[in-house]
Amino acid sequence: MSFLAILRATLAKDLLLEWRSKDAINAMLFFSLLVVVIFSFAFDPTAEESRRIAGGLIWVAFLFAAVVALNQTWARELRNQVLDAYRVSPAPANPLFLAKAVGNFIFVSVLEALMTPLFVMFYKLRPLGPAWELIPIAILGTWALVVNGTFFAALSIRTKSREIMLPLLLFPISIPALLGMVNATSAILTGEESAKFWIALLLAYDVVFTLACLLLFETILEAE
Amino acid sequence: MKRGFPILAIVTAVLLSFGLYEALIAAPTERTMGDVQRIFYYHVPSAWTAFLLFLINFVASVTYLIRRNAKADILAMVTAEVGVVFCTVVLVTGPIWARPVWGIWWTWDLRLTLTLVLWLIYVSYLMLRRFSTSSQTPVLAAVLAIFGALDVPLVYFSIWFFRTQHPSPVIGDGGSLDPRMAHVLLINWAAFLCLAWLVCWTRYRLEVVQREVEEAQSLESLLEGEGSR
Repeated sequence: MSFLAILRATLAKDLLLEWRSKDAINAMLFFSLLVVVIFSFAFDPTAEESRRIAGGLIWVAFLFAAVVALNQTWARELRNQVLDAYRVSPAPANPLFLAKAVGNFIFVSVLEALMTPLFVMFYKLRPLGPAWELIPIAILGTWALVVNGTFFAALSIRTKSREIMLPLLLFPISIPALLGMVNATSAILTGEESAKFWIALLLAYDVVFTLACLLLFETILEAE
Repeated sequence: MKRGFPILAIVTAVLLSFGLYEALIAAPTERTMGDVQRIFYYHVPSAWTAFLLFLINFVASVTYLIRRNAKADILAMVTAEVGVVFCTVVLVTGPIWARPVWGIWWTWDLRLTLTLVLWLIYVSYLMLRRFSTSSQTPVLAAVLAIFGALDVPLVYFSIWFFRTQHPSPVIGDGGSLDPRMAHVLLINWAAFLCLAWLVCWTRYRLEVVQREVEEAQSLESLLEGEGSR
């Protein structure tokens, strides 16, 4: 099977499974809804304040919610020794990784599309900067979270208490990406400064870690 | 090799006591900061030693992935452990100095934040090693070390830009260092390097023996299984 065929088959399988069960998306949606409500109670911000803090809140909510989807990425494949079967098959490792990462990207993007209107409503947000720049920020930021998240999920399934291990590995490495997403979003919401540098940083982060994941994923998959 | 160990231990002890004397008594008192400044002779050498150990960890991790050599893996593990200890010393002595001099315990300055993020990355590295159940822990750990090293320049640039936007009350390294102070600093760095080497060496030998014992035990239980059949 070619690279694209494996990618398409794995992705279609994961999307179909998720479409039928809706496990990850429901858990993520409810979790981020709780975060929105609790933060809203805890801070009770005015419109001006919420412009400053909303960038941080949104991304922290998405980051925590994304861990739910990321954690079940590989767990499903362990149950019937699917990963072992994959390992002995002659198929290359990278399309499997890319399919998983793209699948997670789709799940988290759906979550963001559904949650963003709620954020706007609860925090009375109205961006003062160029709002269209939020789209590349969302795409680059989400990819930054899921590419490393998918990779570290593959690392953490080899540990005790793997559900806790994933955030412990993912969050320290993600610090520059988080700084990028939060500051770019805040820059656009407040309209005080340009988000260009942060978008460039996110792009650099995405390129560096996508390449690193593709180079090293086979090593991780074969390590058993 | 083994004969070198007590020699290194003696050299370390002598250097550390000489460094202590130099730092607390011989070095001139700093004009504006006073005696608090003397913590600098421990803070800066610890930082340099920690960064050097993390660099060795990175090189050893890459070597392990290429050569699959158990010695490189032990070296990576040992340098990460000792590096985290030295990095902790940096993060503890920093605020002790900053409180009387800057009036604050902590600021999100470039170097402070970079050191903290490095510390976080290497603590997560040690946690992975500790919690891993797979026999392939060295591979997983080496891969994580490479990700951590790739992250460092990105962290650097993100905080650099973050900081230029929000200037913090950092006095920085304006002016030049008194040659007498530089001399004490270097002696202490030499002492800390010897100490780090000594601890790494001890830990390395301990780990080698530990692995030999584990191997012998699993071999023994295998043989027992054979005998009872």
